[in-house]
Amino acid sequence: MATVHARPEVHDTILYLDGVTVSFDGFKALNNLSFYVLAGELRAIIGPNGAGKTTMMDVVTGKTRPATGSVLFNGGVDLTRLDEARIANLGIGRKFQKPTVFESHTVWDNLELALAGSRNVFNALFFRLKPSQRDRIEQVLETVSLAAARNTLAGALSHGQKQWLEIGMLLMQDPELLLVDEPAAGMTDAETAQTAELLKGIAKTHSVVVVEHDMVFVKALESRVTVLHEGSVLAEGSMEHVQNDPRVIEVYLGR
Amino acid sequence: MTVGGPLTRLLLGSPGGLVLVVVTLAAAVLVPVLHLTQPPGSPFFVPTWLVSLLGKYLCYALLALAVDLIWGFCGILSLGHGAFFALGGYAMGMHLMRQVGDRGVYGHPVLPDFMVFLNWNELPWYWLGFDSFPFAMLMVLLVPGALAFVFGFLAFRSRVSGVYFSIISQAMTFALMLAFFRSDMGFGGNNGLTDFKELLGFDLQAVETRLGLFSASCVALALGYLVSRFIVTSRLGKVLVAVRDAESRTRFIGYRVEYYKLFVFVVSAMMAGVAGALYVPQVGIINPSEFAPAFSIEVVVWVAVGGRGTLYGAALGAGLVNYGKTYLTAAMPEVWLFALGALFILVTLFLPKGIVGTLGGMGDRFRRPAAERRAIALRAAEGQRAAE
Repeated sequence: MATVHARPEVHDTILYLDGVTVSFDGFKALNNLSFYVLAGELRAIIGPNGAGKTTMMDVVTGKTRPATGSVLFNGGVDLTRLDEARIANLGIGRKFQKPTVFESHTVWDNLELALAGSRNVFNALFFRLKPSQRDRIEQVLETVSLAAARNTLAGALSHGQKQWLEIGMLLMQDPELLLVDEPAAGMTDAETAQTAELLKGIAKTHSVVVVEHDMVFVKALESRVTVLHEGSVLAEGSMEHVQNDPRVIEVYLGR
Repeated sequence: MTVGGPLTRLLLGSPGGLVLVVVTLAAAVLVPVLHLTQPPGSPFFVPTWLVSLLGKYLCYALLALAVDLIWGFCGILSLGHGAFFALGGYAMGMHLMRQVGDRGVYGHPVLPDFMVFLNWNELPWYWLGFDSFPFAMLMVLLVPGALAFVFGFLAFRSRVSGVYFSIISQAMTFALMLAFFRSDMGFGGNNGLTDFKELLGFDLQAVETRLGLFSASCVALALGYLVSRFIVTSRLGKVLVAVRDAESRTRFIGYRVEYYKLFVFVVSAMMAGVAGALYVPQVGIINPSEFAPAFSIEVVVWVAVGGRGTLYGAALGAGLVNYGKTYLTAAMPEVWLFALGALFILVTLFLPKGIVGTLGGMGDRFRRPAAERRAIALRAAEGQRAAE
């Protein structure tokens, strides 16, 4: 994809996918996929169904191992050798397409569980919240507009609230890189706009990769856009740039 | 949010659990006192047979608690927990056999009767040390714990879960049953270990010893409850519930799910081992039938009936179902297995939260103000609309 961009130095990137291929029974979900995200960047990834967006996230977070290729995090660590927990502890947070929160825990406990810190079993047995950690949870409750619902069971939240809670859990993890899969799915217009603002706020202090279908939402992010098609990068650039790319129009936007 | 000191967290958070602790500790004192002070005709007299029966129920309750700890809170459905119970029982049985000394039928100073019968000349190495009570008690914990560690490590690391885990746990206990049936294993074959004489110098047939074992079982159940409660109310317990509800989410926020499962599985196996060790001197025998898969399934039924994920409900379920079993197997022996099956089906269909969960849910409905209920219903409806 060097034609789209000059390659940056690896050490400036937070995420650097190089020649990643994943095949399921011969079907190439990712086909020699290469792209990079700069540290501090907000990046939107779009593409039609089956373009490989979710598989790409699975590879980065350790859920799926690619057949070939490497995924470098922070210019050094190859993520393809590590498991989910290691990758999460390195500083990569992930939000699923379908909101997954711990339904029988309260909003507060959901955030507390995601709190950055030791994941050791025995520390967990004797763990007590410090006042600074309590403040941090309060702060995130405000950020995701769930302060009033702190003692509600997550299972009783509305769909949009669950999405925010999950984003809140990502914030508690305080990862360097957030991967967010279709955050606006199933949201009302007002909630979508609020979510875009929320992510833009988060992107000020974190690197964020957002996979999204909703074009209104992607425009609202005002970020660089990567278009995936059949497991590789089709185009990359500003929203206007990719919208005017004839190949993109043909496979995706035009339809 | 947990507020207050550790003691409040352990006891006051769960009124049912508080009742369980108070009742078992009171029984530990009252039953022996009543037995010894009341004349046999008095309505307050507790007969010896009842002491033994209740003691047995208490051991079952501790076993049910162990199963609830992993199934109710971490979603690990073990259909082989009888194996850990039986191993704890065998460890105790081996100690009791060594205590027989030369009072066996063959009068051999060291070898238990069944080894003399098999023409063995010396004690197998794995029987060494069991003459010491502290060593045997250590084995009651370590043998089930070690098996759970190895089995759990392999299963959880390979991410075996759900019904697959249940099936291999069942296969584990079945394999152990077949192994223990073999006489040359050195555990008495299908007769198992029996004809015990004394424990710590106390005659096992004496009423006082039975009362002592009963009280010990009460204390063990109360302690088992407190340990379980400590675990489930800690952050670790919250992680376990998180694993139960959304395992991959838990991994993606950085928890090594397999270690958490392994920890609670080993603790649970040790509790089951203690239950088995207290059970054996009270019933006077341990044989391979305790490894039978059907027994492990029965334990799961106790927990389901009492109320999964409540701890004290599991203990209650063990008591109630076993009372039913004692009654039915005496009154209509052929009906029991059908009754057990029917009970499981009915509970699954009509009381999915068990007795305690259903009653507790009703209590919540009365306590929760109407406005809050409406708000919850509204949010649920909104969620549905959004999802559509």
